Amino acid sequence: MSSVISVRALKKSYGSTQAVAGIDLTIAQGEIFALLGPNGAGKTTTVEILEGFRNRDSGDVSVLGTDPAIKGEAGRIWRNRIGIVLQSTSDAGDLSVKETVAHFARYYANPRDVDEVVNAVGLAEKSKELIRTLSGGQRRRLDVALGIIGSPELLFLDEPTTGFDPEARRAFWALIKNLRDSGTTIVLTTHYLDEAEALADRVAVINRGAIVEVSTPALLGGRATSLATVSWLSENGPQSERTDNPTALIKKLTEGFNGEIPELTVKRASLEDIYLEMIGGADVHK
Amino acid sequence: MSTSKVPTKKVPSALTIGIARGGLEIKQFMRQRESVVFTLAFPIMLLAIFGSVFTNELTDGVTFSQYFVAGMIASGLVNTGFQQLAIMIPVERDFGTLKRLRGTPMPASSYFIGKAIVVFVTMAFQVLLLLIAGVLFFGVNLPTDPAKWFTFTWLIILGSAASTSLGIAFSVIPKSGRSASAVVSPVVIILQFFSGVFFVFTDLPGWMQQVAAIFPLKWMTQGMRSVFLPDSFATAEVAGSWETEKTFLIILAWFIAGLIISIRTFKWDRQ
Repeated sequence: MSSVISVRALKKSYGSTQAVAGIDLTIAQGEIFALLGPNGAGKTTTVEILEGFRNRDSGDVSVLGTDPAIKGEAGRIWRNRIGIVLQSTSDAGDLSVKETVAHFARYYANPRDVDEVVNAVGLAEKSKELIRTLSGGQRRRLDVALGIIGSPELLFLDEPTTGFDPEARRAFWALIKNLRDSGTTIVLTTHYLDEAEALADRVAVINRGAIVEVSTPALLGGRATSLATVSWLSENGPQSERTDNPTALIKKLTEGFNGEIPELTVKRASLEDIYLEMIGGADVHK
Repeated sequence: MSTSKVPTKKVPSALTIGIARGGLEIKQFMRQRESVVFTLAFPIMLLAIFGSVFTNELTDGVTFSQYFVAGMIASGLVNTGFQQLAIMIPVERDFGTLKRLRGTPMPASSYFIGKAIVVFVTMAFQVLLLLIAGVLFFGVNLPTDPAKWFTFTWLIILGSAASTSLGIAFSVIPKSGRSASAVVSPVVIILQFFSGVFFVFTDLPGWMQQVAAIFPLKWMTQGMRSVFLPDSFATAEVAGSWETEKTFLIILAWFIAGLIISIRTFKWDRQ
């Protein structure tokens, strides 16, 4: 797979604050790549440099083979190949869903079919409604429709499912996977760890302007080999033990209880546990 | 879902996108009913008020309304273009509308063209209604000389273009959408007083006339007076003539200055 984004030694400061302190990244064609990190970690700055919204201080950046700092006509040709879903806009909404999507389609050389896109984001029934009548989640789906109308090779998604109900989130995840399967590369920033786990092929954790680790959600932070926590209820109350061999412990307990173990659970570290540990947050194992 | 691509197809031109934006802006404007009614009816209301207050004739057959309609059209150019844009663009910036556009292949020039179109169309409607109301209710006489209509036409076109470019240029000054109205409105009102929109210009103090002569509104108003007043009035102007060529050049210079500032300083984002 060829790389769609390649970043070497990227740095950016605001005054005396170093927001990005030397980041290296390679994102391959056709993958969903999630950037995780607390607020102020340098996540937004990094993505905005990749999107061409911000200038960098130093480092090499290539997005679809082009420096995102590009201007003029070449910049337009480059933007024609990318889609950006920012945090929601809040304009008056005097246009209908379809009018808006159809208008944005006119900015691009090879737009997708308007009805098809409205359908894909699940707004077919709202197609003729004014944007002002949409719920927060529906507005978000419109944002996504505007991000993909130009048939982008690369799609940036910033906190895409904020304000979604669980059902809408699932539907949205399916849409994003679908785009990935049709060859679109997706860069996702999110605060929802379950979203990163459900969608991302790889995740990068950013903290204090630097990459802590890049891995798959399953392997991040040694998660696959981390200790399991086995909990159960004994005569003396709730018990819990951390072990790297939970099967043996359960076997022993089964013998002790002579059958069913009351309230048995076996818990591996969630992506959230690992993530919080990596960024130096609360230790949830205690 | 297909992502079929025809790599040879070109990104639409700035003009094509600009015209599409003009259509969209007009549609959006028409759907804000209060603002449509206000924009179109306000000059008529002012004409009605001033026409009722000053009922005397300036000379035989020339009412104050006849004098005032010129000021109303000129100040409509400033309200519809400069004021409207310098207030609305910071709001669009706050809403994130501009940043979203920045992330598409739409160039700034298309955005400017769209604004120019909506300003011109709104202006055309506003003037049409004002003239109809003026003729029907306030005894305004329309010029019959084709040369005056020619002046009228280029004044509306060049005036709304200058007003648009200056509105976009000024839109970088208000720090937020909420403060925009407070920053922009006083500028416009003072300019209107200084430029002889509400009074007979030559009755104003000399220093006020000199300050006004720097800005385009004075010239738009004077240009419109040359259209609506008999030529005998030209001698009453400060220079003793309509100064038509000078008017054209000064408004053109402001248009170009506004355009250069807009291209150099336009902000898509709040920070």
